[in-house]
Amino acid sequence: MGYLDWLIAVPAVGALVVPFIPVSEERRSLIRGFGLAISLVELVLAAVVGVQFNSHASGYQFVTDVHWIQSFGVSWFLGADGITLVLILLTALLFVIAMFAMKGVKDFRAYVGWMLLLEAACMGSFTSLDLFAFFVFFELTLIPSYFLIADFGMGASGKAAVKFFVYTFAGSALLLVGIVSLVFIHDSETHRLTFSLPALMDTHLSGTTQLLLFLAFTAAFAVKTPIFPFHTWSPDAYRAAPIPAVVMLAGVMAKLGSYGIIRFDLELFPSTARSLAWLMLTLAVIGILYGAVVAAGERDLGRLVAYSSLSHMGFIVLGIFAFSTEGMSGSILQMVNHGIYTAALFLLLGMIYERRGTLDMAKLGGLQKRAPIFAAVFMLVVMASVGLPGLNGFIGEFLILVGTFITHRWWAVVAVAGVVASAVYMLWAYQRVFHRSQADASPFGEIKLKEALLVAPLLALIVLLGLYPAPLLARIDPTASAVVQHVLAAKGPVSDGASLPAVVKGVK
Amino acid sequence: MIFANVLSQLPIALPAISYKAVAPELVLFGGALLILLVSATVGKRELPGLYRAIALVAALAEGGFSGYQLYLAQGAKASLAVAGAIAYDGFSAFAGIVVAAILLLAILIGPGFIKRIAGDGPEFLVLMLISAMGATVMAQGEDLIVIFIGLEILSIALYVMVGYRIGDGLAREAAFKYFILGGFSSAIFLYGIALVYGATGTTNLAKIGAFLALNVLTHDGVLLFGLALLLLGFGFKVSAVPFHLWSPDVYQGAPTSVTGYMAAMAKVGAFAALIRVFDIAFAGQIVQWRPIVVGLAILSMVFGALFALRQRELKKILAYSSINHAGFILLGVYAGTAAAISNTLFYLIAYAVIVVGTFGLVSIVQDSIGVSEGSCSLDQLRGLARSRPALATVTAIMVLAQAGAPFTTGFLAKFSIIVSVVEIREYWVAVVAMLSAAIAVAFYLRIVLAMFRGEPEEVEGERVLAIQGAATEAPARRQALAWIGVSLSLVFTVGFGIFPQPLLDLAARAHIVG
Repeated sequence: MGYLDWLIAVPAVGALVVPFIPVSEERRSLIRGFGLAISLVELVLAAVVGVQFNSHASGYQFVTDVHWIQSFGVSWFLGADGITLVLILLTALLFVIAMFAMKGVKDFRAYVGWMLLLEAACMGSFTSLDLFAFFVFFELTLIPSYFLIADFGMGASGKAAVKFFVYTFAGSALLLVGIVSLVFIHDSETHRLTFSLPALMDTHLSGTTQLLLFLAFTAAFAVKTPIFPFHTWSPDAYRAAPIPAVVMLAGVMAKLGSYGIIRFDLELFPSTARSLAWLMLTLAVIGILYGAVVAAGERDLGRLVAYSSLSHMGFIVLGIFAFSTEGMSGSILQMVNHGIYTAALFLLLGMIYERRGTLDMAKLGGLQKRAPIFAAVFMLVVMASVGLPGLNGFIGEFLILVGTFITHRWWAVVAVAGVVASAVYMLWAYQRVFHRSQADASPFGEIKLKEALLVAPLLALIVLLGLYPAPLLARIDPTASAVVQHVLAAKGPVSDGASLPAVVKGVK
Repeated sequence: MIFANVLSQLPIALPAISYKAVAPELVLFGGALLILLVSATVGKRELPGLYRAIALVAALAEGGFSGYQLYLAQGAKASLAVAGAIAYDGFSAFAGIVVAAILLLAILIGPGFIKRIAGDGPEFLVLMLISAMGATVMAQGEDLIVIFIGLEILSIALYVMVGYRIGDGLAREAAFKYFILGGFSSAIFLYGIALVYGATGTTNLAKIGAFLALNVLTHDGVLLFGLALLLLGFGFKVSAVPFHLWSPDVYQGAPTSVTGYMAAMAKVGAFAALIRVFDIAFAGQIVQWRPIVVGLAILSMVFGALFALRQRELKKILAYSSINHAGFILLGVYAGTAAAISNTLFYLIAYAVIVVGTFGLVSIVQDSIGVSEGSCSLDQLRGLARSRPALATVTAIMVLAQAGAPFTTGFLAKFSIIVSVVEIREYWVAVVAMLSAAIAVAFYLRIVLAMFRGEPEEVEGERVLAIQGAATEAPARRQALAWIGVSLSLVFTVGFGIFPQPLLDLAARAHIVG
């Protein structure tokens, strides 16, 4: 078994063991210890993969390829390139944090079990190069995240969880039909039934077929990311779900969507991706602006962060469909950055909620006087999210905007407004919560040691990646430029190749 | 043999009977007779252990014979027997294995619970074996009359089993409804056979196929009407919308163990016959029947999923879920290719094992909360995860497997049907099917959530006490065998969900003769 197999197997086996650990209710912290141990082992594994990764190669590394279900041509085909690598690292890190952030959880056993299953499913989705295996893992993420949202929610979480599930499942229903159709078209061309991504990349598709398949695939990823206008589940889910679940939802699972776009949409349907780039770019820009405007009008901190997340995911999509190496690298890096600062932000929101029982900004205020260190930490994270130079949010956003400006000038120009707006609403929010006269006279405890330790690694990464992103970028760049080359080199669709889109002219 | 010799002197020509071909039926029927014989001669009516042992041996022997047939019936070895009325091929052998699997699980799970409502008499196991025999006859029937006989053997035994809780009003209503509507549908099915005979001059499927291949009917109204009536009869048995109205009530009213058994066994028999009749004998009429079948399939999938959303009674929800499954299986019939047929068989075995296991778990849950085998509302499940975590976890896995969760046979079954539909390039049907599955997920999740949600504070103490009270009544022995059955179905569902290749290989061998 290779490292990637272990990455999936360790949490999966952990999840299976958890329900059967013979521990009484009183000593349930043992279960928490078990979950922590597993997630730490996972982090070490991910770090080993990161160290052993050859950063000069753009292809897949640590490949495992064995037959799984011969009748359907399915194989257990795992591999990691630069994109996969950074997402694996992010996932492993955030799960450790989420395991620590178990405050307020009533049922440890269920929490740890579902978390570990979710981790296995996320790792599986990020490393699978077989479309069937990817789909299976992609689907599997829904079940634990449903329970995490619904089971430990802060109120109307059951409804939000169902909304989340039905939206994403409907998206992946289309994805499944798309995958199977693609496989059978490939089968009829080559008489080889296979779900392997590299093999399917050679399928010859007519323009219409490619368009339909692209839309079917994108539907699933757009819901997950979320891309405007498929985002409506996300504010409800982010607001209603308990903090650790949101950390996973916004930090890791949202990346499944953007990852899927790069890995599958761009690799399988490059020419359609190119001809539909205007649409995706426009949706991304609308998402950026819409998210920013709504966030500025929100009174609830949780929903505000949810909409700001929509806005920031818009940047990631923008960078992807700019089809320049800078934009692509920026997007991939920004996936990691967004995961880190969103996770930190939600953890801090959780601490506020725990102390005050509300995230309504009208009822908060003046917290800085009572908890100056807490305020400083919050400020740092807000600044990272706004994109202050020197912090991690800046690098990714900058690369994305530069990359987009090179190829699609006007989209970049409009998108810059989103950067400005994000500074506006974030600082407003900070001002309302931490400055002003306090609305509530009750005391607000300073950040505790445990809490500080929880966010400390994230803060360290925010600064570190802001000052020195090179280790990550070095691993991302070869893959990013390979993907961009693949898209730009792709010939037009089989039958109606004449209609080369304006997008390509822009590149030249 | 002497009897046969005497008969053969008479002017009626008796066909040569290949006992090898009908071995599965003989074993099941023999087992049933043996149990009756023992109960009549030993002098003590209640010998649960012995009855169960005989039934298990019969089920295993039937499975063994079918497995051997599947091994033999490759290509040239497949044949028709008993004057062409019985098919002896890989398809029927695989169906026989499914029947054996259902029987095995149901024998392990059912009798312990039935005992609480009807004692330890031999009848339950006898009826079970006889109905299973009906299903194998349907799967092997190469003649419409034989299929009809199989249908009746299966149904009449099931009518009795459904009525087991006769003291309960709901159960009485269910049994009555099932009997009356079932009788109607049988009559309609028979009328369909008559019309087909009128149009083609034979009831033998092979001959019908040959006749229709050679002749073009100038007026095919009679044939098509006959086909429609046959489809109606099958539609009732598999509870496809719009012939599903009986099933929620019957599922609720029947004893839980019977419900699971019936859901699986009736579907196996009816779908096996349906495939043989439509995909083989009437393959030439595919243009005519395909739109109807796809219509039934889509209605079943969509309405099965939608109606279940509004239910609060567990067994009714599962009834609508089985309607949704029936829609999926109908899609396999609709696709009709050789690969689609083996995929349909895969769906059947996956579904049969999951559904028997799920209802077995419901039985165990009901036994624990003291409502033996009756109806069970979602509210009664509340807090189960806290009082019986292992039970709740296993139930959750099985219910999610029904929903098509990855790494279970439930997912692979849905996947294989989607593959079959895409293979004939009906993409929109595949999309509708998957969207219906997306809706269906919502109600499966409600079941699971009900178990994992805590219960209302005020009644908590009382309920926990009730559960513990029931638990101290020594249900361990009663539940032990049921747990073996449930564990087997769980191992099957997850094991073949992760490594399905052996099962798929078996299903791929299930060719139909002719």
